[in-house]
Amino acid sequence: MKSKEKVAVKKYKSKLTFGQKVWQSRVLILMCLPAVLFFFAFNYMPLPGIYVAFVKYNYRDGIFGSTFIGFQNFKFLFSSGKLFQLTRNTILYNLAFILLGNVMAVFVAILLNELRSRKFVKVSQTIMFLPYFISQVLVGLLVFYLLNYDSGFVNGVLGSLGLELFAPYSNASVWPVILVIVYLWQQTGYNSVVYFAAIMGIDESMLEAAKVDGANGFQRIRYIILPSLKGTIVILLLFALGGIVKGNFGLFYNIIGTNSLLYSTTDIIETYVYRATLTDFNFSTASAVGLYQSVIGFVIVMVVNFIVKKIEPDYSLF
Amino acid sequence: MAKKDMDLMDSSAKIKLGRSDMIIRGFGYAFVTIYAVCCIIPFLIIIGTSFTSEASINTYGVQIFPKEFTLKAYSMVLGGGLIFQSYALTIIMTVTGTLVGLSIIAMTGYALQRQDFFFRNIISFYIYFTSLFSAGLAPYYLLITQTYGLKDSYLAVWLPLLMSPWLIILMKNFVKAIPHEITESGKIDGAGDFRIFYSLILPMLKPALATIGLFLALGYWNEWYQSSLFLSSKVDVKPLQYMLYEVVNKTSTLKQSVAGQYVNVTDIPTVSVKMANAVLATGPVVLVYPFVQKYFVKGITVGAVKG
Repeated sequence: MKSKEKVAVKKYKSKLTFGQKVWQSRVLILMCLPAVLFFFAFNYMPLPGIYVAFVKYNYRDGIFGSTFIGFQNFKFLFSSGKLFQLTRNTILYNLAFILLGNVMAVFVAILLNELRSRKFVKVSQTIMFLPYFISQVLVGLLVFYLLNYDSGFVNGVLGSLGLELFAPYSNASVWPVILVIVYLWQQTGYNSVVYFAAIMGIDESMLEAAKVDGANGFQRIRYIILPSLKGTIVILLLFALGGIVKGNFGLFYNIIGTNSLLYSTTDIIETYVYRATLTDFNFSTASAVGLYQSVIGFVIVMVVNFIVKKIEPDYSLF
Repeated sequence: MAKKDMDLMDSSAKIKLGRSDMIIRGFGYAFVTIYAVCCIIPFLIIIGTSFTSEASINTYGVQIFPKEFTLKAYSMVLGGGLIFQSYALTIIMTVTGTLVGLSIIAMTGYALQRQDFFFRNIISFYIYFTSLFSAGLAPYYLLITQTYGLKDSYLAVWLPLLMSPWLIILMKNFVKAIPHEITESGKIDGAGDFRIFYSLILPMLKPALATIGLFLALGYWNEWYQSSLFLSSKVDVKPLQYMLYEVVNKTSTLKQSVAGQYVNVTDIPTVSVKMANAVLATGPVVLVYPFVQKYFVKGITVGAVKG
């Protein structure tokens, strides 16, 4: 819409009373109503329940009848070091996922762009996309039968080569590497789509000109393709960083499950909250951790949005 | 890239193909091939092992090419019948959830993209805010189970998957590409807002409906999380992926899945039955997705960064 019209609309809008506005847009309001009710029921209604983080919850009295204990739930979590461990695991995993995930995605997108067989590119893209479509439950199953000591595929290969067998399910230290690999395996096909599309959008004449000027393949990638992707990379990285305290629950829960031997390196905020809620029914502790996560996450998104607004106002969230 | 461009580049590449191009290309083919093989191998292991006798698995481990071929796992899983009930439930949930969710998302996306809608900014923010701040799992769990009383109800699984802020923003981005003049022309002809949406806009949103519908359908088909929260053992029939979760992790469900045929758990070919369940639960997605992949690609590129 042109800016003149916009001003006219604004003027017109400001003249109406609230009631008139509602009446005029009643159909549009009704069209939004199901969604508005949905988010009210599932996202706004739980908010008062945050209070459970400040009480000593007991089932008989409910959330609002239980004894108020202030910040005791938080104090315990801080002093026991639990919160520190969970936050560290969550953030370190996410950093690895985000950084390596994007490096891998850019790498694959650039390579695909260099290949000339259309059929090969199409088929390989389809295959690389496959892991994105399966449920996390199946991912957990795949990983188990690749890696378990007795019947796992990897040990089958190692055994037939006469090498030492691999026992990851009783060794916590190897899991950061395994989980990052599984994440890359599942997400790279998906993540590379955006970068591949961005490369396709690069002005063909620029690449041609570079060729005429005698730029070789590496120089073309280094001086034209990568700089063209810079904007996309920075924005996607920043948005991903906004979610750095939100863990990938499905991945960890289905692969690690309740194997407490591995918790020291694999327990993230989500898995801890899930167990506290569904296994221990310790709603107060679970909610305290959840609230801590929500507040930190909110602050980080605000900071990220501030930065994005500075460098690329078009992409800022609000 | 258009085919024409591709041909153009092909011919120019033939004119002068430097050594570095050869290296990059060679490395590219090698790397992508190896990577693609890595993407497929785990699936081949699952499929191969599902056709392998338990004795052979116990001796040699999982295998891509069965050393001792058998259909026993499939005959047991299909004979148990649980998988059919699970299929029926999942199909019903997927179809109804996708249709209802898609209708709501399309209406909302259109209304929120109308420049003359007085409340578009406030409602947009109201929806967007839910992705910025959440109450967390415990208050959510207490609300659904105690206030709404939806423990062990399929509604607790079906409802939360209907929509997400991301899908509504994606729809808004699709609607944005439709010229405003279309709505205006409808208004001039005296059509009401809903009429304009239904008769003029909706037909133009077909690619958007396909894309968002497929994201919704995939969400329903792969659902296991809400089920794990709200469906206890009192519920016999679970959505497919959660049934798979239980078959893999709970002996009682494993037994139930081959019900009536074997009393002793030790008689069940455990590993191959798990694999057969996995193949049956995932099969439809793997068979369908190559044909609908382009719609997902569209969704990822349109919705990569917010609208």
